[in-house]
Amino acid sequence: MSTVHSEIAFEEQPLPPAEGQDIPPGIGVYALAWRRIRRNRVAMFFGCLFILLVVLCLLAPVYSQDIAHISPTAQNITGTARVGGKTVDIVSPQGIPMGPTWQFNHYFLGADDLGRDLAVRLLYGGRSSLEIGVVAMLITMIAGTILGILAGFFRGITDMVITRINDVIWAYPAVLLGITLGTVLNVRGLGPFHSTTLLTTALVVGFVYIPYVARPVRAQVLTLREREFIDAARQQGLGNIQIMFGELLPNLSSTIIVFIPLILAGAIILEAALSYLGAGVQPPNASWGTMISDGLTNFPYGFHDVLVPGIMLVLTVLSVNIFGDGLRDALDPRSKVKI
Amino acid sequence: MGRFVTRRVITMLIMLFVISAVTFLLFIVALPGGNPAGQIAGRLANPQEVHLISVRYGFDKPIWVQYVKTMGNIFDGSAYSYSQGYNVLAEIRQGLPATLSLAGGAGIFWLLASIALGTLAAVRSGKYTDRVLTVLAMIGVSMPPFLLGAVIIQYLGYKANILPLGGYVKFTTDPWQWFKHLIGPWITLSVLFIGFYSRVLRSTILDTMSEDYVRTARAKGLSESQVLLRHILRNSLLPILSLWGLDIAQVVGGGAILTETVYGLHGVGQLAAQSIGNFDTVTLMSIVMLTALAVVTFGALIDIVYAFLDPRIRLE
Repeated sequence: MSTVHSEIAFEEQPLPPAEGQDIPPGIGVYALAWRRIRRNRVAMFFGCLFILLVVLCLLAPVYSQDIAHISPTAQNITGTARVGGKTVDIVSPQGIPMGPTWQFNHYFLGADDLGRDLAVRLLYGGRSSLEIGVVAMLITMIAGTILGILAGFFRGITDMVITRINDVIWAYPAVLLGITLGTVLNVRGLGPFHSTTLLTTALVVGFVYIPYVARPVRAQVLTLREREFIDAARQQGLGNIQIMFGELLPNLSSTIIVFIPLILAGAIILEAALSYLGAGVQPPNASWGTMISDGLTNFPYGFHDVLVPGIMLVLTVLSVNIFGDGLRDALDPRSKVKI
Repeated sequence: MGRFVTRRVITMLIMLFVISAVTFLLFIVALPGGNPAGQIAGRLANPQEVHLISVRYGFDKPIWVQYVKTMGNIFDGSAYSYSQGYNVLAEIRQGLPATLSLAGGAGIFWLLASIALGTLAAVRSGKYTDRVLTVLAMIGVSMPPFLLGAVIIQYLGYKANILPLGGYVKFTTDPWQWFKHLIGPWITLSVLFIGFYSRVLRSTILDTMSEDYVRTARAKGLSESQVLLRHILRNSLLPILSLWGLDIAQVVGGGAILTETVYGLHGVGQLAAQSIGNFDTVTLMSIVMLTALAVVTFGALIDIVYAFLDPRIRLE
């Protein structure tokens, strides 16, 4: 099993010429895509939801300092809170954390088993999850695109080596490869990658997904390089680097854009899975994955500790996925790239 | 055909070699506790003792000698965990019934469910049903298995008391309990795959629908359901089936690590998760190797079957 699911089928096809009669001449690919996606209300709704979630998480310090007046790591095991006129233990003597108070400035979503404010932690955890997701996605996209272009452009031995590397990465189950690399880097450390930085998890997650991008990019480059504009570029005396990044890359951009939300969603989920298994984000850092994992230690009590970060995680990934689906339809309605 | 098979088998062997070498380097050289002699000797051993153990187990030999020996041990069943002391293959074999029950039941369930839902979505393409199914599929692929598992255990297990709270009961001990303990894991593992497969099938069917032979079938007067079953579905199932083969291979090899851990099934996946906690390199390496073996072999088999069924592939 893997988290973003295995095969992203891709078939080469000529780049979309302006199609249909409803399109006025001269409109660009992206303006056209923007028109299409604006009409897709579901995709727009979830796109806005995602932006809202990101903004909320970025505002974590503001909420923590100015509204809740509590830091995300402040423990309060013996404290009490006033809920509806009654005084309630934040963590009961049996170790069961308090549920949501629904008072916006005080333990809004309840406490965790160390008496920390769950709402504050949720926002900070979300920041970690999103940061890792975005950085991992960038690593995958950049490495995958470069490898794919190199393999498709040079073919021969370069292609063989890169394709085999992709096959090897692909042969490991994603989660298993992720935890192995995560454990190695978290315990051993490698230069800037060690257990106290979120960068380590981002690197691991980003690495695992490289073949998912490199393969389809390679396939498309293989067909693009046979087209006339490449011959023309060569006639003009452009070098390999200029052809690869000046001529091929712009023609790959719509494929690449389609993969961004897919990989982002997969990266956020894989991060959560690794953190749940203890091979991802390490304490004192928190992410939604570690929060779910912490919440499960009280099972079956205090289940809000699992539900709160869980719902946020699913909402975020879902909004990325649905917006990505709309984006793909908008960029290329006849696309063969499937989720 | 003979040439194709030979080429595919040679590629497979090269891949297996590369995977085993990479795995070996990753675990022996890079993984913490990579000095197994220290692990065997225990924390209070003196350096001399550690050295003697190194010599006895061959950790002082050149890396490629160690590689050959380790791989030999893994595949002939004589590998022992340095930190836990058990025979690795025996331990994997013990986890296998749970993992196979999980993979088998879930595999059948997700295949049938995604065929049904994917076909329904394609037939009703663009209509209300299709949109609802699309959103459901999206929710399915956005749901991490450990979260879904936790929610199922909490609400159906603890609150409603319909399902057990986890664990595995052998089929031979009590078939009904076996079934009850596996309902949750089956659903949990399947949801992600159903979401993904049904989307793939939907678009494959939509592509197939515009083929000439489908129009011919309609033109010669076949009923809509006959066209769907005999002509469209039969040709659209191939990609799904090849995905299915690879995914089953991964799940059998411990790929269902999240589902197994959250339900405490004590299968191969959970063994892998525990080995990470214990820095048990030998067990982890064995599981990774066996999974890779299963995936690569399945991949090659599927390619060969494909080439057999579709002559165009052989020529590529």
